[in-house]
Amino acid sequence: MTAQQRHDPRRGESSTPGLESREAHGSFRGYIIGYVSAIALTIAAFAIAPSTSMAPFSVAAALAVLAIAQMLIHLIFFLHINTAPMQKTNILAFAAAMLIIAIVVIGSIWIMGHLNRNMLPMDHLMQMQR
Amino acid sequence: MFGKLTLSAIPLDQPIIMGTCIVLILGILAILALITYKRKWGWLWTEWITTVDHKRIGVMYTLLALVMLLRGFSDAIMMRSQQALASSNGHGFLPPEHYDQIFSAHGTIMIFFMAMPFVVGLMNFVVPLQIGARDVAFPVLNSVSFWLTAAGALLINLSLGVGEFARTGWLAYPPLSELPFSPGVGVDYYLWSLQISGVGTLLSGVNLLTTILKLRAPGMRLSMMPVFSWTALASNMLIVAAFPILTATFAMLLLDRYLGTHFFTNDGGGNPMMYINLIWTWGHPEVYILILPPFGVFSEVIATFSRKPLFGYRSMVVATMVITLLAFTTWLHHFFTMGSGADVNGFFGITTMVIAIPTGVKIFNWLFTMYGGRVRFTSPVLWTIGFMVTFTIGGMTGVLMAVPPADFVLHNSLFLVAHFHNVIIGGVVFGCLAGLTYWFPKAFGFRLHEGLGKAAFWCWFVGFYLAFMPLYILGFMGMTRRMNHYDDPSWLPYLLVAEGGAVLILIGILLQATQLVWSVKKRETLRAGADPWDGRTLEWSTASPPPPYNFARVPQVEGIDAYWEAKQEVMAASNQPYEAIEMPKNSGLGFFVSVFAVIGGFGMIWHIWWMGILALVAFFALIVWSSWDEDDEFELSATEVALFERANPHAA
Amino acid sequence: MSSNVVSLDMPSGESGAQLPSRQHVTGFGFYLYLLSDGILFAALFAGFAVLRTATDGGPDGHVLFSARNAFIETACLLTSSFTCGIAMLACDRRNKFVALIGFLVTAVLGIVFLTLEIHEFADLIAKGDGPGRSAFLSSFFTLVSTHGLHVTCGLLWLGVLLVQFLLRGFTPAILRRFLCFSLFWHVLDVVWIGVFTFVYLVGGYL
Repeated sequence: MTAQQRHDPRRGESSTPGLESREAHGSFRGYIIGYVSAIALTIAAFAIAPSTSMAPFSVAAALAVLAIAQMLIHLIFFLHINTAPMQKTNILAFAAAMLIIAIVVIGSIWIMGHLNRNMLPMDHLMQMQR
Repeated sequence: MFGKLTLSAIPLDQPIIMGTCIVLILGILAILALITYKRKWGWLWTEWITTVDHKRIGVMYTLLALVMLLRGFSDAIMMRSQQALASSNGHGFLPPEHYDQIFSAHGTIMIFFMAMPFVVGLMNFVVPLQIGARDVAFPVLNSVSFWLTAAGALLINLSLGVGEFARTGWLAYPPLSELPFSPGVGVDYYLWSLQISGVGTLLSGVNLLTTILKLRAPGMRLSMMPVFSWTALASNMLIVAAFPILTATFAMLLLDRYLGTHFFTNDGGGNPMMYINLIWTWGHPEVYILILPPFGVFSEVIATFSRKPLFGYRSMVVATMVITLLAFTTWLHHFFTMGSGADVNGFFGITTMVIAIPTGVKIFNWLFTMYGGRVRFTSPVLWTIGFMVTFTIGGMTGVLMAVPPADFVLHNSLFLVAHFHNVIIGGVVFGCLAGLTYWFPKAFGFRLHEGLGKAAFWCWFVGFYLAFMPLYILGFMGMTRRMNHYDDPSWLPYLLVAEGGAVLILIGILLQATQLVWSVKKRETLRAGADPWDGRTLEWSTASPPPPYNFARVPQVEGIDAYWEAKQEVMAASNQPYEAIEMPKNSGLGFFVSVFAVIGGFGMIWHIWWMGILALVAFFALIVWSSWDEDDEFELSATEVALFERANPHAA
Repeated sequence: MSSNVVSLDMPSGESGAQLPSRQHVTGFGFYLYLLSDGILFAALFAGFAVLRTATDGGPDGHVLFSARNAFIETACLLTSSFTCGIAMLACDRRNKFVALIGFLVTAVLGIVFLTLEIHEFADLIAKGDGPGRSAFLSSFFTLVSTHGLHVTCGLLWLGVLLVQFLLRGFTPAILRRFLCFSLFWHVLDVVWIGVFTFVYLVGGYL
């Protein structure tokens, strides 16, 4: 918002997530690759999920891996987050957010699992019935 | 038509509340009348209500905080008085259902509407100046954030005269906060008010984070940034990370209360413990959000008044970022006793103890900054030294309670209450008051009266110890928190001392109010130039108060303590011509959004559904309307810049 | 002046970097907001994970969830993400027509997605398996509805943007807003990956 600011992004400047340098076909190809890969990963997930030939834990793990892979595809090909030097702040912010999310989700599951086991008779009974 | 709202919502049968409301209404009417009489509505509208200038917004946040301090403190002194009177056969003057609302309001107001606005206000005013920027990244959003916070404050205060407040404590644990046990509007006032101000806080976090990461003056690498801006960076990272959790958790409780869901209910599979887990996942980072900027204040103050660079800049920064990370790993220590077992308790007990280490590093750095310096014992330095002693004690009691077996004895006793007041008052309040005194001359062009400031400090300092040290002892003697009556007469002497402490703090506050009025009156004798304290960082290079654009020419920075270095060289005045500066236009968006936030919140609280929907529609319409005009900047011509700079010469 | 003199007063442009463009700053700030939204969803996901088995004797995901429905919704949202990307490419090249078509297709796919979701919810509620039935259903409805509400707000936003776009073309403000919208829309698809995987697939089969 000062006189120095321009409205158009400048080449070589640190990148905004979502913007990238103007390459006529490169970007279109990127979106195609991203889209097709994402479709493949989605179909794979829906195909594996009903599987009874793997242990439930393995199915869940496979689904989680497929989900994370697809999220990365989205990040790289649609959101243009990559390892270029100009993207440092974006990557750091993303990594920090992922760390917080991991702590919140895994921490909550760990804590609540223990709490439920020790404190909720209903759940204890339910578990005994499994 | 009006949902649950009837005239019986006004507590006509409660003299204390009615008296307070009458005084408040008369006071507000008097202020409105004064503004009208002096024909200042136009000025108020253009200079304050629609401003997008971070300095003005910072002042408004601070003003909100100081007013809310009075409300929160009134609650405190009522509680102390009640406990001083309600021993054995005495019953005090506050029945339980009233007392419960008072301690709930006290905590809610002090954390959300005193401490948060105070800290955010200081960051808002100081950070752009310190990093050599002209304003925050999103000035209109900044205004929206402030007004949303004010909206939340207004809603909470409305609960005093219309309806009731929550009786659940400041965190509204279920199942007490669920409909079967809190069927009235109190918890709804709490939830809607905090959701609204929470949005404001989150947006402010995004704003300041972007500002610090993207708008530093050219050449100012992060490793050259002043420590206060570093702590602001850390605090805003925590805001952006933690406040969404608060929003989600309150939303779940709102859904339970409004749509009959079963997140935290006793029936339907609900799990009240999950609320406590999630709310503290926010709650622990929150206390670090509050304390880190005051740590930054102390760094600035002690370096300036010791006339030395801060000792251990790098370790200070590392310690700050370590605290930021660890802040997200300790939250379970707030509910050791809820039953997660030894493994979980042990893990979080250890992380809680570990987080004391970087804090200790900071204390040593401040001490070493003073050592070998020529310390000027101004009131900001008094607040700082007072903090170092007080916070250390409070921190140690925290580390004591980090040991789960000890916590099983002390949880929810007055020992806990003493601990957190120890660190919040000793840390956050002392830090904000130091910052207020330190940066006041920059904001207004004159200093606060120093003698009154020192007197106020001593009242606060001695008053704090009198008010809270007895509570540690009472905690060991078995007194629980939030008691409106007790049977053990041996507790009474301690509570009387505590009451004395509270009265002394009251005197301190009155002295500060006097200081403010007196300083305004005597401002000519207290005039301050650009650099009244011989400061080290960039904000002292601007005029006092700074022009709207902060810096006529964007500073080029090459090292830490950029201003100090510049002062050591004798500079030839620059002959370069001034350039025109693009400034953001004022905007009424923040104010109007908040008007409808209050209307909508009030409607939802009282189940006046049409009012809630109307406010939502209005909100969307406002956003679309404000986005319609893309031309949101105006140009300040080079001539105007030159005129101001010539009229207000300052160091650089 | 010697090189180790710190000058606060040198005119800009003589040394070092420029301040970033408004587009860049806005995009980054919006990105930070989106990360915070991710944390909001994480809290809701955590709630779902914890309450997944709290069915109060009622039905759970095995009975209630349709993988077919979830697949179609996923296909719609994923394709809409792709068309949004195409539209953004068109914006880079200032191609008004392709941009308009791209965003319109995005909007239509988004509406189809929402329609399917609302139908699913209506069916569940009609059978008595609404959000008030059990903690499991509360967390399911809240998590998926929060995503759906974000989609709805996104579509309303896109509608207003397209009107402004038709009136004014590629102004800097509109380019900034399209950028923010596309970030928003892509992140919503990323969140949906989490939803269909952990709610519909894990919750429906495992």
